[in-house]
Amino acid sequence: MAYSCSAYELKCNECGKSFGNQPLSACDNCLAPLEVHYDLNAVRDTFTRTTISAGPANIWRYAALLPIPKGFEPDLPVGFTPLLRARNLGKRIGATNLYVKNDAVCFPTLSFKDRVVSVALANAQAFGFETVGCSSTGNLANSVAAQSARLGLKACILVPADLEAAKVLNTQVYGARLVRIDGNYDHVNRLCTQIADEYSWGFVNVNLRPYYAEGSKTVGYEIAEQLGWRLPDNVVCPMAGGSLIRKIRKAFNELIALGLVEDKPVRFFGAQATGCSPISQAVKQGRDYIEPQKPNTIARSLAIGNPADGPAAAKMIQANGGWAEDVSDVEIVSGMQELAESEGIFTETAGGVTTAVTARLYADGRIGADETTVVCITGNGLKTTDPLAHHYLQERAVRPRLADFAEYLQELDGIPGIAAAEPELAIAGGILGR
Amino acid sequence: MAVKIVLPTAFVRHTDGQKQFASTASNLAGLLAEIDQTFPALGTQIKDEEGKLRRFINIYINDEDIRFLGGEAYAFQDGDEIMLIPSIAGGGC
Repeated sequence: MAYSCSAYELKCNECGKSFGNQPLSACDNCLAPLEVHYDLNAVRDTFTRTTISAGPANIWRYAALLPIPKGFEPDLPVGFTPLLRARNLGKRIGATNLYVKNDAVCFPTLSFKDRVVSVALANAQAFGFETVGCSSTGNLANSVAAQSARLGLKACILVPADLEAAKVLNTQVYGARLVRIDGNYDHVNRLCTQIADEYSWGFVNVNLRPYYAEGSKTVGYEIAEQLGWRLPDNVVCPMAGGSLIRKIRKAFNELIALGLVEDKPVRFFGAQATGCSPISQAVKQGRDYIEPQKPNTIARSLAIGNPADGPAAAKMIQANGGWAEDVSDVEIVSGMQELAESEGIFTETAGGVTTAVTARLYADGRIGADETTVVCITGNGLKTTDPLAHHYLQERAVRPRLADFAEYLQELDGIPGIAAAEPELAIAGGILGR
Repeated sequence: MAVKIVLPTAFVRHTDGQKQFASTASNLAGLLAEIDQTFPALGTQIKDEEGKLRRFINIYINDEDIRFLGGEAYAFQDGDEIMLIPSIAGGGC
C-alpha cells in the first residue's frame, strides 16, 4: 500500500528561505540547517486519532506528517516500540508515574535510528542515489547497513576507529562497506561532509539530514498516543547531536496544533555523559552556544563533542523550564544495571546515561515524584557489553548432581557446604583472585 | 609565510569555482579581511550583518577545530591547511 504525505518542503530555520525538496542540509544564504516544513492545515482530515489508529502498528501510521515521497511504499515495520510503566525503577528513584519508551527493541536493528534511516532512505531512493552512507557512532551504521541491504542500495559507512566491536560486526554482516577513521566522531562527520560534496552519494545524516531527522518525530507521536493521546509532564532524552529532543518537541507541537492532544507545559530534560557534555554544560551555564569538547566516555553513541543541533537543543530546553544533566562513566554502568534489574530492559551505555540522569533529576528535586515522566531509551545493551563484562565473572561449572547444585547455591548465598567447604573456598578464592 | 584555504562546494560560486586558494594572512581576522578584498561575495556569505563570522561555520586548522587552538587568537603557521565548513549535525540522538 502506498502512503501519502502532506505537501512539505525544506526551509531555512534562520532566514526562512525555501528550497523545495532536494538533498541539501544547509541554507546557501546563511548556512543554517534546513528543516522540513509542512502545511498542517492540509492534513487536518488525514492526520486524526481515527486515521492513525486505523494504520499499521509502526511509524507509517504517522505517514501523513513524515516527509516521504509520493508513491512510497514502506517495506519495514519500523518503530511503535513499547511504552512501559516503570514501577520498579520508579520505586528505586522515588518516582510514582514513570514510563520507559523502549527503542532498545526497535525493528530492525534495535535502536531508534531505525526510524530516521527508514525516512532518509525513502528519500535517497526518490533522489536516485545508488550509494548511501553515514557518519556514525554505531547505531546509525547498523541501521543504514541493514535497511540499505534490504532496499538493494550500496552502503559506505564511516565510523571512529575505536567503535565497539559489536557495532562494527553489526554493520559488516549486512555487506556494507565499513571505513574506520583514525579520529573521533567529529572528525568522521567533517570528512563525510567533504565526501558528500565530492561524491554523488546520499549521506543520511549529511545531505539527507533534514528528511532523516524528521523520523525522530515518531518517538513523540508514539509517546502521546501510547499515553492515551495526552502529553507527559516531562521527557528525559539522551543527547548526542541534539536532534531527537527537539524533534519530540516538534511532534508534540504538531499534535497540539492539530487538536490531537491538549496543550500543556512539557519540560524536556537532556542527558549526557560528563565525558562529553557540551549541551548539558551550555544549559547549566544558561548559554545558547556550544563550547566544543573532546569526548572521553564509554557512552560512545553520545560522544559528539561539537553537536550542530546543540545550540537549538540548549535553547529549547531552557525555554520550556527543563534542565540538562550529565553523569560519570561509573554512574552510566550503574544506570544500565539499574534498568535491567528493575525493569528487565537491557540498554546500551546511552540508556545508562539516561537512566542515571533520570535518577539524579528526581534526587535533586528537579522532577516531582508524581509527575508523568517518560524516559527515552534509544539503544540495546547487546551492542555495548564491554563496560559490563568485568562486572559479571563466569562462575565455575557445577556437576549435574542435585547435591552439587544445592551446595553451589549455599556457596553463592555465602553458606559454606559441609563436605565441600575447603575446595569450594579455594575455587572461590581463585575466581576472586583473578 | 603561506597557508592553504579549503572551501566546501557551497562556497565556490563566489570564488570562480576555486575550492582552495593560498593566503598570506597571519590569523583569522586577517583571512576574513583578505577574503573581503579577493572574493567579496564570499565575504558577505560567511559573515553576518555585524561582520562576524556566522555561527554555522566551523573553522578547522589541520584537522583541529580552531576553538581548541585558542579560537580567533590562533596565529596561522606556515603551511597550515585552513578549512571553512558548515556545521552539519551528524549521528547520535
